[in-house]
Amino acid sequence: MVAYIIRRLFGAVLTLLIVSMITFGIFYLVPRWAGGTANDLASRYVGRTANPEQVAEAAHGLGLDKPFFVQYWDWLQAIFVGRDFAFGATQAHCPAPCLGYSFIGRNPVLPDILDRLPVTASLAFGAAIIWVIFGVATGVVSALKRGSIFDRAAMGIALGGVSLPIFWTGLVSLVIFSYTLHWTKPGGAYTPIEQNPGEWAYSLLLPWITLALLFSAAYARLTRAGMLETMGEDYIRTARAKGLRERTVVTKHGLRAALTPIATIFGLDVGLLMGGAVLTESTFSLPGIGKYAIDAINANDMPKVMGFVIFAAGFVVIANLIVDVVYAVIDPRVRLA
Amino acid sequence: MVVGPDASISDQVPVGQPPAEAEGPQKAIEGRSLGQIAWRRLKRDKAAMAGGIVIILLILIAIFAPLIVNAWGYDPNSFHQETMDPATQAPTSTFPFGSFDPKHLMGVEPPFGRDIFSRVLYGARISLLIAFLATLLSVIIGATLGVIAGYLGGWVDWVISRAMDLFLAFPILVFAIALAGVIPDKAFGLSGDTLRIVLLIFIIGFFNWGYMARIVRGQTLSLREREFVDAARSLGARSGYILRKELLPNLVAPILIYATLLIPTNILFEAGLSFLGVGIRPPTATWGGMLSEAVRYYTMPHFMFWPGLAIFITVLAFNLFGDGLRDALDPKTR
Repeated sequence: MVAYIIRRLFGAVLTLLIVSMITFGIFYLVPRWAGGTANDLASRYVGRTANPEQVAEAAHGLGLDKPFFVQYWDWLQAIFVGRDFAFGATQAHCPAPCLGYSFIGRNPVLPDILDRLPVTASLAFGAAIIWVIFGVATGVVSALKRGSIFDRAAMGIALGGVSLPIFWTGLVSLVIFSYTLHWTKPGGAYTPIEQNPGEWAYSLLLPWITLALLFSAAYARLTRAGMLETMGEDYIRTARAKGLRERTVVTKHGLRAALTPIATIFGLDVGLLMGGAVLTESTFSLPGIGKYAIDAINANDMPKVMGFVIFAAGFVVIANLIVDVVYAVIDPRVRLA
Repeated sequence: MVVGPDASISDQVPVGQPPAEAEGPQKAIEGRSLGQIAWRRLKRDKAAMAGGIVIILLILIAIFAPLIVNAWGYDPNSFHQETMDPATQAPTSTFPFGSFDPKHLMGVEPPFGRDIFSRVLYGARISLLIAFLATLLSVIIGATLGVIAGYLGGWVDWVISRAMDLFLAFPILVFAIALAGVIPDKAFGLSGDTLRIVLLIFIIGFFNWGYMARIVRGQTLSLREREFVDAARSLGARSGYILRKELLPNLVAPILIYATLLIPTNILFEAGLSFLGVGIRPPTATWGGMLSEAVRYYTMPHFMFWPGLAIFITVLAFNLFGDGLRDALDPKTR
């Protein structure tokens, strides 16, 4: 087990390194390939209001005229030891771990992201609970009552659910439940959990359901397929032949085996969830890290976007690591592979 | 070159499927290829056929959008201020939900009165074009890497599999947002819509190959050990020949299935990017872009209803058809 964890840890560090290279490449290399100069790039760091001299100075001060590997090293180093920026009147210090410094907002990016993280975490956490319970339960019942009206209706709705864009269901539900019926909070309303847990849940209710709908549809389909397969296995017949109660057969023998692939998918979905959070936060104007990134793109404030990307990617890698380890505990065969 | 066993013969070896149904006593027994059997199954699947018909209609609509709009509508970007109330900036239409007006079938957009019907039609062009070409790119990358990884094994497989895991676990949308956001307005000798369309095809296609590669790799791994491949190899067939003539024909079905199921994902992806403002730029009509403009006019729900419905119908049609295709080609997954 320890060897397995060490191996996974090593893999995660390697993945993070590759992810950091890709992120760096997206922000520093791709614009160059696309024909941008160092000055073009610099203007995306100091904003649209800067004049050409300031931009040229910023390009030099940011080291954008240096070779790429030097730039990458400076950038990577900043995550561990921090970085000082100095050009013209701009003197800035970005303490470690420095994921970037916004020259427009004049502040390091990481504290901003950490400030907004609770919103995104609340959104993701609540939605995940809803979709796992709802999706798995629907899938199990559908599989056990295969071909019944419930099964057909649920699978029909699930197919509709995976075909709906999250930003559309979000908008439509806002119009119906918030602006017309006034049952839920309008977009943009968010109460931190430490202020008032009840209000917190109430303000997130609609985003949770919207985000969960998409995922529960997919999980219901997956669970149904998995249950149909495992319930046909010989050991299920054996369990029944032993005289176990049907409930024990379904939960202890059927569901347990059917859930293992769901756990893998759940790990992969953390990445999808990040994307889903961006869309959901934009739709509901929730002040999370996804909204932060979109606002930064619209303001042409690249360090913020870059900070968000590396943060999100790192988050996903670590979440996957945790899922892998938990998975190895659930299913011992994984460790041997 | 010495020829291995005919790939089309191995194609016809029934893999766990029931014998062809009897069509009546008078009919003689006839051989059917896997394709014919699948087509018969598909024809019986009403939902899949409905999806298929909708897909064909959508493709026709996308191709002939300019003609339809010319004959029976307005230019998607022309303003119709006369349909707007200057004081409230709301459509003056008295028709229900501002739609179903014979002049403006789906109503007009606030605040300039652009015709929603022709914008939705033109949106189909962008949506389908990007989804199809991005899927094609993912299929080419995914199938090639999947076959190579599965067939060669060893360190090649290790490297490709790790890359696959990486791309599968990536917050794809996050990277796509970043990439779409950093590209300048003029790049690679392209500009405007052309640049954005090429860019989106590349981004969506490039980040979505992981799943396809995993499926193809798995299939190749099991096919590699089959007798007909052994036979070909023992007759002296080289790797290139085995890949093309023995493995590829057997991989067509899974590739086709997952390509069909990837298209709706890509349609949602493009709509999402355009919704967030990093996809196709306004004023070009896209479904995602129309929805993002509709956010500000939530008091006029028809504005968000039609583009949303267009996305829903399109994605649902592809999902239905893809599911049906999977059931028809691979009855085990049923």
